[in-house]
Amino acid sequence: MSEFEPNIIGFLCNWCSYAGADLAGTSRMKYPANIKTIRVMCSGRVDPVYILEALKKGADGVLVAGCHPGDCHYQSGNYKANRRMKLLKTMLVELGLEPERVRFEYVSASEGKKYADLILEMTEEIKRLGPNPLKKII
Amino acid sequence: MPKKDSSIQKEKMRISFYWAASCGGCEIAVLDIDEKILDVVAIADILFWPVAIDTKYKDVEEMSDKYIDVCFFNGAIRTEEQEEMAFLLRKKSKILVAFGACAVHGGIPGLANVANKKEVFDVAYIDNPSTDNKDKIVPKTKSKVKEGELTLPEFFDTVKSLDQTVEVDYYLHGCPPTADQIMTAFNAIVEDRLPPKGSVIGPLKSVCDECRFEKTTKKIQKIRRVYEVDKIEEKCLLEQGIICMGPATRGGCNARCLDANMPCTGCGGPTPNSLDQGGKMISSLASILGVEGEEAMSDEEVDTLIREIVDPLGTFYKYTLPTSIINRKVMKE
Repeated sequence: MSEFEPNIIGFLCNWCSYAGADLAGTSRMKYPANIKTIRVMCSGRVDPVYILEALKKGADGVLVAGCHPGDCHYQSGNYKANRRMKLLKTMLVELGLEPERVRFEYVSASEGKKYADLILEMTEEIKRLGPNPLKKII
Repeated sequence: MPKKDSSIQKEKMRISFYWAASCGGCEIAVLDIDEKILDVVAIADILFWPVAIDTKYKDVEEMSDKYIDVCFFNGAIRTEEQEEMAFLLRKKSKILVAFGACAVHGGIPGLANVANKKEVFDVAYIDNPSTDNKDKIVPKTKSKVKEGELTLPEFFDTVKSLDQTVEVDYYLHGCPPTADQIMTAFNAIVEDRLPPKGSVIGPLKSVCDECRFEKTTKKIQKIRRVYEVDKIEEKCLLEQGIICMGPATRGGCNARCLDANMPCTGCGGPTPNSLDQGGKMISSLASILGVEGEEAMSDEEVDTLIREIVDPLGTFYKYTLPTSIINRKVMKE
C-alpha cells in the first residue's frame, strides 16, 4: 500500500497569505501538493461551519492563513479568525478529533518561504496523525 | 375497538401522539394549550397516546396504512423500540410531525453522542456514586430466567433525530414547542393551509428578534456564568458576558427564557439557512469576545479568554448534536 497522502484544505486570505503562496510558487519553492487552496477575501470570513464541513467531507487537515496582526486589510478580520479557530479547536477535542488537524497561521505576502515550510510541516504532522477518523464512521 | 378502514370517510380527524427518547415535557406542552384542548378533541379523535390513554402498540399495528391523519412524534431515536415505533407510525400516518427539539434535532438525549452504549451504561449502571451494582449488571437484549427468555430493545451507540430514521412531513421546534406554535400547527392542519412538506412550523427569525432586552454594540471582555452574576442588567445578556444562544437560534418562543432573565440555551435549533448551530455560535461569540484591545492581546491572553468558555460542545450543541455537521464524537478503539 502506498504511503498515506493527506488531503489538506487551505483557506488563504486574498491580501497576504494567498500572495505569500503565490510568491512560493513564482520563486519555484518546493512544497507538498497535499494542500488544496481556496482564496477568500479575509481569514475573518472563514466560518467555522466551513471547517466542520471540510472535516466531515473527509479533509485530513484544514489550514486557515491570514495577515500578521496589525496587517489585516479589513483591520481586524485576522484577530477574529484566530479566536474562532481557537474556540473551534477546543470543541473538536470534545468531538474526539485531534486539534492539530486545524491550524491558523499568519503568512504575509513576502513570506513565500514560510508558506512552503508551513505546508511541508503541516503535511508531515498530518501524515503522523493518520487519516481523518470521520472518514471511517460516516 | 371499532373496525378500522381508511376508505370510510369519518367526520373527525384522527390524531396520535407518541414519545420516544424524551423527558415527557412535550406531552405536557400539548396540555399547555389549556382549554383549547377541548377544541382539539371536538374536531379530532385521539387514537393513540401512550402517556394519556390506554392503547397498545397492537392497536396501531391493526390499523390500515395511513389511517391516522396526523401523528405528533416527540423524542429522539435511541433504542430499537423507538425506531420500530417510528417506522410503524410513519406507515400508519398521513402526516408525521416531528414534535419538539428531540424529534427535530436530537435534543438533550442527543448529547449522548459524545459517548457510546458502553460508556452510557457504565455511568448509568456501574460508576454512578449512588449506584450499588457489585455484579456490574447492565441491561441485556436477552436474558435467561427460569421461566424462559426475557428480551429488551437494543440501545444504540448513536442517538438520531426522527428524520434521520423516517421521512418527516413537518417540524415543530423548541423544548417544548410553545402553545402558540402547537395551535398554529393544529389550525393549519385543520384548515388545510399547510406549508410545503418539510417546513418548520415557526418564524424565520432568531430569538434575538423576539427578545425584550436592548441591544447595543457587542464587546465582551469576560465570560460570566449565570451564577456569577449578582444582578442582571436590563440589556442584552451577551453584552453582559453571559453566553446566550439567541443569535444562533430560531425564534418562535417569544424569548421566554430571557423574560425570566435566563440566557437562551438554543432549544429552537439553528436559524433557517444555517447548517450548524454550534459552528454559527462559535463564529459570533469569538468575534465579540475580547474585541477591545485585540491588537495588543498576546496569544496566551487569547487562550485564557477562550478557556473561560466551559464545555463549548455542551453549550453550543445542547439540543442539536445528532443533526450537526459532525454528529457524534469519534470513539477511540
